[in-house]
Amino acid sequence: MSDATKISKSLDLKGLACPMPVVKISKGIKEVAVGEILEAHTTDPGSLTDIPAWGRTTGHEIVDASQDGENIRFLIRRTS
Amino acid sequence: MQQLEAQLEALTSQVATLQGRQPENKLAMVVFSGDMDKVLASLVIATGAVAMGMEVVMFFTFWGTPVLRDKDKRVGGKDIMGNMFAAMLPKGADAVTLSQMNMGGLGTAMMKSLMKKKNVASLEEMVRLAEELGVRMVICEMSMDLMGFKREEMIEYEHLEFGGVAKFLEEAGTSKVQLFI
Repeated sequence: MSDATKISKSLDLKGLACPMPVVKISKGIKEVAVGEILEAHTTDPGSLTDIPAWGRTTGHEIVDASQDGENIRFLIRRTS
Repeated sequence: MQQLEAQLEALTSQVATLQGRQPENKLAMVVFSGDMDKVLASLVIATGAVAMGMEVVMFFTFWGTPVLRDKDKRVGGKDIMGNMFAAMLPKGADAVTLSQMNMGGLGTAMMKSLMKKKNVASLEEMVRLAEELGVRMVICEMSMDLMGFKREEMIEYEHLEFGGVAKFLEEAGTSKVQLFI
């Protein structure tokens, strides 16, 4: 895996309901350096629309969002 | 040339005034309802807003006021009406009931157990999360006075304030989003 997608921190948010995924991700992003990647695993179907909305509002980049069954995985780059 | 300079000066001061009027990235919310479902919605929005980078201030007024009573605190020295309100209104976030399908408390109990099962945080947990996230809560003095509540019987909360309508309007006037729940 190249440096550009190296994961600095991973959050297991499976089973958590709204608003916890977005609350925990907003905290977690502060624990990685600017430019680094935060990985987050969720199962809340709402997070598929919520996390990108959070990214657009806060400016952090959603590098990837993928779904496998009920498991959802986000890669988020801290931009500021 | 002098005219241009004067115009520039006027424009500069106008821009400064406008910048002063820019709403802050803030959410001001009135929690009027004391229904469990509506209070839950208000707390979900409040904590979500902090995650979105906003400052949040919640005003608890009228039926929303007893939501912030501390269930373990006892205060004396109330008159008959005060004692009546104290007995009849819910004592804290754990004691509030659903706006619909309460069915004498059965519906609320069922909803609570369902929330636990589905990993939805309880109202009390949401209040603590809000505290941790720095959500400010203001309790309406007039409501407290009407219902005979005293400051000493309200919950311990790091960002708790007491105030009135001017306080709310000051906050709402500088907020990007305002909600009444």
